[in-house]
Amino acid sequence: MIRIEGLTKRFGATTVLDGIDLQIGRGERVVVIGPSGTGKSTLLRCVNFLDRPDAGRISIGAISVDAARAGRADILALRRATAFVFQNYGLFANRSALGNIMEALVTVQKRPRAEAEARAREILSETGLADKADSYPASLSGGQQQRVGIGRAMAIGADLMLFDEPTSALDPEWVGEVLDLMRSVAQTRQTMLIVTHEMRFAREIADRVVFMDGGRIVEQGPPARIFDAPRDARLRRFLARVSG
Amino acid sequence: MRGLDLDYMLGLVPVILSYVPLTLAMAAAAMVLALILAVALAVERVIRVPVLDGLVLLFISFFRGTPLLVQLFLFYYGLPQVMSFLTAIDGVTAAVMGLTLHFAAYMAETIRAAITGVDRSQWEAAQSVGMTQAQMMRRVILPQAARIAAPTLVNYFIDMIKGTSLAFTLGVTEMMGATQKEAAGSFLYFEAFLVVAILYWIMVEGLSQAQKRLEIFLNRAYAR
Ligand SMILES: Nc1ncnc2c1ncn2[C@@H]1O[C@H](COP(=O)(O)OP(=O)(O)O)[C@@H](O)[C@H]1O
Ligand SMILES: [Mg+2]
Repeated sequence: MIRIEGLTKRFGATTVLDGIDLQIGRGERVVVIGPSGTGKSTLLRCVNFLDRPDAGRISIGAISVDAARAGRADILALRRATAFVFQNYGLFANRSALGNIMEALVTVQKRPRAEAEARAREILSETGLADKADSYPASLSGGQQQRVGIGRAMAIGADLMLFDEPTSALDPEWVGEVLDLMRSVAQTRQTMLIVTHEMRFAREIADRVVFMDGGRIVEQGPPARIFDAPRDARLRRFLARVSG
Repeated sequence: MRGLDLDYMLGLVPVILSYVPLTLAMAAAAMVLALILAVALAVERVIRVPVLDGLVLLFISFFRGTPLLVQLFLFYYGLPQVMSFLTAIDGVTAAVMGLTLHFAAYMAETIRAAITGVDRSQWEAAQSVGMTQAQMMRRVILPQAARIAAPTLVNYFIDMIKGTSLAFTLGVTEMMGATQKEAAGSFLYFEAFLVVAILYWIMVEGLSQAQKRLEIFLNRAYAR
């Protein structure tokens, strides 16, 4: 069970997150949609303290962190309970595909090298990249890089996987393979919080869709309800714009 | 105008060459120590530990702001007068110490700039998988900073090799000291110093070749 309460973030004088409350059940897939600049990335980045929230509480399983007084150990605990998939992949440029997936297992989780490598190779096969084990990020296509990025997140075995527009930086030809991989991650009952502009994908994969605007959650519900019977005028305008 | 005494020069080559190991050893020792110190200083400059940061800035400013020769004299002739436990310090040790501190100050700035030059996405990726600050530096940031800093650091190593010649002013018989002694006996100053100049030159050229290969090696992971 993941619980976000009163999450607030300001950049200077602008309030980017204005008291976000969100609960995510184990194995649930929540998709966040909304206009750009509305705080979706900031929400995800605050959950693992890539951006430090100003107030609020984040609870993941047994970990519960008060943003206002979070110390180094709290932040590490949250980060180790989550995995992040970046829009621009964020692969370690000095590590091969295999090395990227192994890295956290060896360095953070202190697993034996051989075991970490075996797990990483399994994941490379699952992501269809077995033949790219020794390739460095710079020599991979965008789609391949993002699949490594998702593989790295899978390896961690996190309670919560965060996806920040994982297909937005991709050439259209690579979007399909990344979405396919996310579908297969979803089948493992992995808890996922996804920001995306792929509305058809959102409808298909989400248990619940959350619509954000102006740093707040404006409306949420099952995808059919959100997409077919939106209530709030802002959501209706947003959907008209993205589908039109 | 007189002709060069080529026989004398050829005879001098093996004499001076026998001091190459000492010159290289001093430079290598100072390089290793300076690198360790410079990485520590650079990391401090990036994360900025209160109080310590001021001391680090002062250190860097002093050792960049004064001539190497003055620093060497200060260590070898000056310090033992005020710190008696240093009287046992020999010229080689003093030279290595001076070269270390002097070049660490320069290299710290190079490494700091290289660390800052590592893309923000790399820091965030390391944080997102739950690395501690130390793990992030060791596994992700420093290896990538090394690639950025390497060419400049090799240039400092070259400067360091040339800098070891100053050790002769501390009474160390290294390449330059040996040449000085030979020349004082033969009075063939031009020949003697020409030989030592050429030998330094060859060493530095060799290093420049190695530098090119090092760059290719360090860039292999990043090539498209
Ligand atoms: N590091 C930052 N410094 C200042 N403003 C920021 C920073 N990051 C995001 N913002 C601002 O916060 C708002 C929300 O940004 P973001 O969370 O990226 O929106 P979204 O992901 O919904 O497009 C935007 O107005 C953006 O300009
Ligand atoms: Mg965004």
